[in-house]
Amino acid sequence: MTTNGKPKFAMYWAASCGGCEIAVLNIHEKILDVDANFEVAFWPVAMDAKYKDVAAMPDKSILLTLFNGGIRNSENEEIAHLLRRKSQILVAFGSCACEGCIPGLANLSTTEQIFNAAYHSVSTDNPQGIYPQPNYTMPEGVIHIPEFYPVLKTLDQVVAVDYYMPGCPPESHQIAAVVDLVVKVLHGEATLPPPGSTIGAGVSTVCDDCPRQRNVKTIKKFIRIQELVNPDPEICLLEQGVPCNGSATRNGCGALCPQAGAQCIGCYGPSEGVIDYGARLIAAFASVIDSNDPDEIEHILDGIPDPVGQFYRFNLAGSLLRAGVPAWKQ
Amino acid sequence: MQRISIDPITRLEGHGKIEIFLNEDGDVANTYFQIPELRGFERFCVGRPIEEMALLTNRICGVCPEAHHMAAAKAADAVYKVEPPPTGKKLRELLYSGFYFTDHTTHFYALGGPDFVMGPDAPVAERNILGVIHKVGLEIGGKVIQARKYGHTIVEMIGGRKVHPCTSIPGGLTKGITEDQRAEIEQMGRWGIEFAQFSLQLFNDIVLANKSYLDLILGDIYTHQTYSIGLVDENNKVNFYDGKVSVVAPDGERIGKYAPAEYTEWIAEHVEPWTYLKFPYLKKVGWKGFVDGKDSGVYFATPLSRLNAADGMATPLAQEQYEKFYSTLGGKPVHQRLAIHWARLIELLYAAERIVELATDPEITSPKFHTVPTEKPTEGVGIVEAPRGTLTHHYKTDERGIVTEANLIVGTTNNYAPITMSIKKAASSLIKKGTVNEGLLNMVEMAFRAYDPCFGCATHSLPGQMPLEITIRDAKGNSVEVVKQYC
Repeated sequence: MTTNGKPKFAMYWAASCGGCEIAVLNIHEKILDVDANFEVAFWPVAMDAKYKDVAAMPDKSILLTLFNGGIRNSENEEIAHLLRRKSQILVAFGSCACEGCIPGLANLSTTEQIFNAAYHSVSTDNPQGIYPQPNYTMPEGVIHIPEFYPVLKTLDQVVAVDYYMPGCPPESHQIAAVVDLVVKVLHGEATLPPPGSTIGAGVSTVCDDCPRQRNVKTIKKFIRIQELVNPDPEICLLEQGVPCNGSATRNGCGALCPQAGAQCIGCYGPSEGVIDYGARLIAAFASVIDSNDPDEIEHILDGIPDPVGQFYRFNLAGSLLRAGVPAWKQ
Repeated sequence: MQRISIDPITRLEGHGKIEIFLNEDGDVANTYFQIPELRGFERFCVGRPIEEMALLTNRICGVCPEAHHMAAAKAADAVYKVEPPPTGKKLRELLYSGFYFTDHTTHFYALGGPDFVMGPDAPVAERNILGVIHKVGLEIGGKVIQARKYGHTIVEMIGGRKVHPCTSIPGGLTKGITEDQRAEIEQMGRWGIEFAQFSLQLFNDIVLANKSYLDLILGDIYTHQTYSIGLVDENNKVNFYDGKVSVVAPDGERIGKYAPAEYTEWIAEHVEPWTYLKFPYLKKVGWKGFVDGKDSGVYFATPLSRLNAADGMATPLAQEQYEKFYSTLGGKPVHQRLAIHWARLIELLYAAERIVELATDPEITSPKFHTVPTEKPTEGVGIVEAPRGTLTHHYKTDERGIVTEANLIVGTTNNYAPITMSIKKAASSLIKKGTVNEGLLNMVEMAFRAYDPCFGCATHSLPGQMPLEITIRDAKGNSVEVVKQYC
């Protein structure tokens, strides 16, 4: 691996979808700033992806590592430890690394349930009940695949994390802003925020960026988005009864979904200072329910048919609930 | 027994990994292409509202979230037995055509194209998008960026976001488009038609006019006789968004067409203990292992299989190219896997023509883009053609529309068995008597890349290359030889 004297940059995907990588590529010409100011030391999307090359580097020799994806299996965890050792600054990049994201919903199920769904599905022909094995002896020799963990973990549940960059995926303009900041820091024109900070996002809520009107109106029932008759494009979706997560969700995306007529689903995680996203959102929803009658309130809440998904859709793995009951029983 | 490991080969829901075992003569005994990751979507979609499937399953793949968004939305329509109004359907297909335009452009110019434009024997350092730009001219680089950007713009206009669109819901969409947006999309589509024609001309001039490239395409090493599948409209023309799945035998005979709800009669999935990914096959033919032929249920689902499974293209310019394709390659069906690259460009042209057709449809700016579902939700299947293969989403729900069972057969998964076979064939052809020809690296890479496996595009987007390393070990697992490519 050549070295050109520039600080080293790395980006890695663990259990992720690749959307974070696409979002980085979508910063277009800013990629050239990355190239001009950094030596890309390790970035499977962009170049050679050999783990052993990273292992051979001196510790702390990578200045900045953006790590996306959750920790779903043994390989993910090994690479997290490796990159922590080699990196001065490790950023949990995107919702999966920060808080588990959608794949973290798997923590509501046991490994057996997950395997059963995958390998005994309606279209699967598996009369012998075969499941993948980490080590399997074929006639020619033993072959290996990583071990599937009982729960999906966030990055900071396996290694120390310096900064968090939320979003599913982080919006490209936010990535570009972070690139600008880091380049300024390299040139002595700016300083890094305190360790542990959330970067590339706002400090408020999606509601504060949403142009829809809020009239402090309360509701008598929740309505699912497809049941909304004649939706008003100007009025707050929650006030129209749609369970929109904007009030608990950190801003930074520009309120894209509500502006497209869809409810915020919470991909930027909890707003600044909020310890548990679900608790905050429950409080926000409670405040718009127009009733003091326990039975009526119960009935109104029936309009949220999947509470755990509603309140912890992106952050179950990283929330105070952590892994969820079936997982900690294992 | 000698053993060769290629790790990582590329990203496909995790890293792909290839193990090659040699027999006592030093020839290939067997190869294993392993997928080391599972995330469990089919389990944790259970318990979630059906309308969220289009949002949650996006996160299966950030490269092709549009495909999951559409398949899940169509399945949710079916769960509620609701048809989106014509404008709703057309807007979804317009979004989807914009996505195809971007995705196919990326693959041809950054991933698959360099092998041909530069030539498979070109120095590694030139066999990438930059090499293509140098050879063809600088302005092409600008055009490629423009093409990708236009496709993304269409996705964002209709889908609300560039990555992970959010607007498709049971019964249609949450928003429509304005006349200004329509006009802009039309303009981008017209530019796109020219760009696609330019790309086909480029392929014609550089690849088809060169006998050695043509021989490579037509050679045995990249040929497999398998079934072809692909979505077709009511006239049996290729369609990405809607229709029935046509199934064509290796000899070209159409053995049937299935509607989404009938997929379990046609497709089954085989499980192996050494990989997390399943191997789909044609149920009516049966799983016979990793073998070619009419008696083997192995099929492929790519741009080439879609052309094979259809009777033609629904737009005029793409139809001309379709006819030229088969007359040049000796009739239907075509089994040479490298022809997938050419087929992809014909689909690129179709996508651009379709963008213009839909953008000039008088209904496209109508505010009637959603029908409120009124039926009790039960069960539904949605199928679209993802760029990398037929994508099937199947959900059962309770009476509240809460998912009780989910089954997903995703694009690249369809091609798991044929990719495995292509890798084995390339390896067997190049490894003789224990000698690993360095050409194996690129030949294996090309075998794999033709299918554009999911994440192939992301993996290759900057240098346009797949880093490979092959380690040959003796029977005790000691490394005896390492062959590397751009390490």
